[in-house]
Amino acid sequence: MSGPFDFKHLKVLAIGGSAGSIEVLNQLLPALPSALPLAVVVVVHLPPHSRSELPSIYGPQCRLPVREASDKDLIEQGTIVFAPPGYHLLVEDERTFALSIDPPVHFSRPSIDVLFESVADVYGDRAIGVVLSGASEDGAVGLKRIASRGGVPVVQSIGTAAVPRMPEAARQAIAPQAPMTLDEMLANLEALTETR
Amino acid sequence: MASDLAGDEDGLRSFLETVYARFHHDFRGYAMSSLRRRLRQALPEFEVGSILELEQKLINEPAIFGNLLAYLTVQVSDMFRDPTFYKALREKAVPILRTYPSLKIWVAGCSTGEEVWSLAILLREEELLDRTVIYATDINPDSLRRAEAGVYRLDRLATFTKNHQQSGGKSSLCDYYQTGYDVAVFDKSLKSSVVFADHSLATDSVFTEAQLVTCRNVLIYFRRELQERALNLFAESLCPLGILGLGSRETLSFSPARAHFTDLVQAERIYRKS
Repeated sequence: MSGPFDFKHLKVLAIGGSAGSIEVLNQLLPALPSALPLAVVVVVHLPPHSRSELPSIYGPQCRLPVREASDKDLIEQGTIVFAPPGYHLLVEDERTFALSIDPPVHFSRPSIDVLFESVADVYGDRAIGVVLSGASEDGAVGLKRIASRGGVPVVQSIGTAAVPRMPEAARQAIAPQAPMTLDEMLANLEALTETR
Repeated sequence: MASDLAGDEDGLRSFLETVYARFHHDFRGYAMSSLRRRLRQALPEFEVGSILELEQKLINEPAIFGNLLAYLTVQVSDMFRDPTFYKALREKAVPILRTYPSLKIWVAGCSTGEEVWSLAILLREEELLDRTVIYATDINPDSLRRAEAGVYRLDRLATFTKNHQQSGGKSSLCDYYQTGYDVAVFDKSLKSSVVFADHSLATDSVFTEAQLVTCRNVLIYFRRELQERALNLFAESLCPLGILGLGSRETLSFSPARAHFTDLVQAERIYRKS
């Protein structure tokens, strides 16, 4: 258990997933409460040049509105935004997303590290970073930045991850700090919507 | 954390002011998120621990600016990136372009040239290249040199070829390049139609009247004010009914420049000057 963290001042929930994460996102995203006072930003590794179907896959099951980011889109609380395939997604400031076609990181564009680093820069200790199942080490450096700025690091349990390499790398990166589990995070988010 | 640029907006602004004052490259209207990431990567390369130290090093050793410019401008496109864009260009824009006796095309922010050669090949296939001049512009002289050389790593050609086919290519991409040990060199006969030039969307003005302007995945690096400047340059450069192509995630929708344009192919961000 890490923390204690005060969830009340949090502004953004950034999630990164790769191989094996589609299923866990299928549990996680619909579990987010409808009155969530945070913006939700998601990077999922997909084959480059694919047309993303993520909003249409997850949208119908989620209580929150789901869309894909366009250039300089507004960041809104209670909305789930996916990185478009072929672009890095960054937060420019507390109101605005930005995109880039900078080189892939860990062979991935979008990259979780790129999103997480910008989230750490802009939001500091008001961010949650979540690393899910995956076969690369993307997200580890970014999660470390979020944690070192006082944000909340969350890592999928190795035992439940279909492909554990990415959560393992993230755990190691933030050590000796222990990550919060997905269930702990969800419980905190639920409590948050009840108290507000 | 000495190398941390987080929260150091003033340091970043001061650095960009110095770059502008001493080297006349204006990044002050760029999106900060990507610049911050690129500069963070540059710090160890230039053996400094902070943006302030980098600024001082740049003042003391101006010769490093060329290398630094590479960090500030690196972006990676593919030939026929977003094949549906090129397909729409072929189907909807080419019939319009065909009506002009001669064509001027401006590829703004051409980086290392992938989109320039894509366009040149498309125009060759449509038998329009012989009456076309393509102006390919960028702010990075090294990118312009690489664009002009038209040399790409062989391992990128599979993607280029697949994209070309999906874009409705009427020939085989391998007709346009020769292979070396681990590179593909694009055809010199394409190059006679292309003029490469240094041009900044942040500080320069319009230099030609064009029937088509493409500027793909460049505006994403700009903040709104600089986007407006660039879009106004394109509107000014385009002839009446001229065509503008943007990147697949870029849009005119929130811009005052919208008033100058109507949709040609909305889904592919292809617009027509009204």
